[in-house]
Amino acid sequence: MSTETLEQEEAVLIKEKPSEPFLSKRRKKFISDPLIDDNPISIQVLGICSALAVTVKMEPTLTMAIAVTAVIVFSNLIISLIRDFIPNRIRIIVQLAIIAALVTLVSEILKAYYYDMFKVLGAYVGLIITNCIVMGRLEAFAMANKPYDSILDGLGSGFGYAWIILVVAFFRELLGSGSIFDFKIFAAIGWSGFPTNGLMVDSIGAFMILGILIWIQRSKTGYVEAH
Amino acid sequence: MEALNIVIRGIFIDNMIFAYFLGMCSFLAVSKKVSTAFGLGLAVICVLTITVPVNWIINENILKEGSLAWMGEAYEAIDLTFMQFIIFIAVIAAMVQLVEMVIEKVSPALYGSLGIFLPLIAVNCAILGSSLFMVQRDYNLVEATAYGFGSGSGFFFAIIALAAIREKLKYSNVPDGLRGLGLTMLITGLMGLAFKSFIGIVL
Repeated sequence: MSTETLEQEEAVLIKEKPSEPFLSKRRKKFISDPLIDDNPISIQVLGICSALAVTVKMEPTLTMAIAVTAVIVFSNLIISLIRDFIPNRIRIIVQLAIIAALVTLVSEILKAYYYDMFKVLGAYVGLIITNCIVMGRLEAFAMANKPYDSILDGLGSGFGYAWIILVVAFFRELLGSGSIFDFKIFAAIGWSGFPTNGLMVDSIGAFMILGILIWIQRSKTGYVEAH
Repeated sequence: MEALNIVIRGIFIDNMIFAYFLGMCSFLAVSKKVSTAFGLGLAVICVLTITVPVNWIINENILKEGSLAWMGEAYEAIDLTFMQFIIFIAVIAAMVQLVEMVIEKVSPALYGSLGIFLPLIAVNCAILGSSLFMVQRDYNLVEATAYGFGSGSGFFFAIIALAAIREKLKYSNVPDGLRGLGLTMLITGLMGLAFKSFIGIVL
């Protein structure tokens, strides 16, 4: 055996790294980081529009959270699979086309199985296309990473988005309509005269609650915005 | 008169920001200085006034159920409504590109100060949102144009007002966690409260 082939064999051995565990420490970070420390809404300031618009009640909010998470995960996966074939100059259009196709799919599914919910969400289903979180993850992560990592990253961002809008919706529905998931909670505990606050149903309540939530969240993480 | 009414509604009552939360991302990100906010506001007005009527024409003549009848009887039953999102976003992206080229030619200074935010108008929810609302509300062509202009102007006034407030805020002592986004959210809420006083205006 010549030295040359030995060297080649060595090179192959070095290349074959031990395969990474299914959920290694590095990969867990993809999911845990966006939940608190790098939250898409409260720290990165992305995707605020839909965070506020659908949060009057818990049920549409949950639907929206699931829809957005699904779109982020699948668009991340698709872009990550074809990332080497996308010419850099037209990547925005390619990304938009894929997101728009996925959102169309989501809206058709909603129309077919949850027509009432589709009516409630209205134009905001279509507005997932312009949700900056989706686009931001594609640009920042999926364009440079492997498919499986991209799925985890999408899940993390989706969950980070979901818990914030669910908390906002919880307070808006509780104080604005006196109910949770349309269950009249104050009537159930015998306080049917609970004064509901009309401002909470309105846009103003959403701004206030999200502002306060961001304040609490940032005080905890110690994140301070530069001037 | 109806068109004027729609413009007024778009600015004061159905304001894109305060009533529908559309375009919040750029509203928050570009409102640190009045001059940049002014530029972005103008660009949004331009893009909206063009895209809403263009999307109206496309929706009315191609996408709506039965709207392909002008091509012959065989096409009458076609319903392309599910293509709305993709077509609308494509039109918007193309129009933004066009506006970008025009601004670069006409005013390089404004182009420089808008920088990254000009291409980002394509993913501004206010633009796509206006087109989708236009479909929901069954406007005619004149009303659609007025709606595009009105909601663009609403965004313009809102972002300039916020930028002016934030310029002053730079000198105040804000708690660390509240600085930036948190305080901006609260201020936007208060501004929305002020805009509520316009409810009921009809010309």
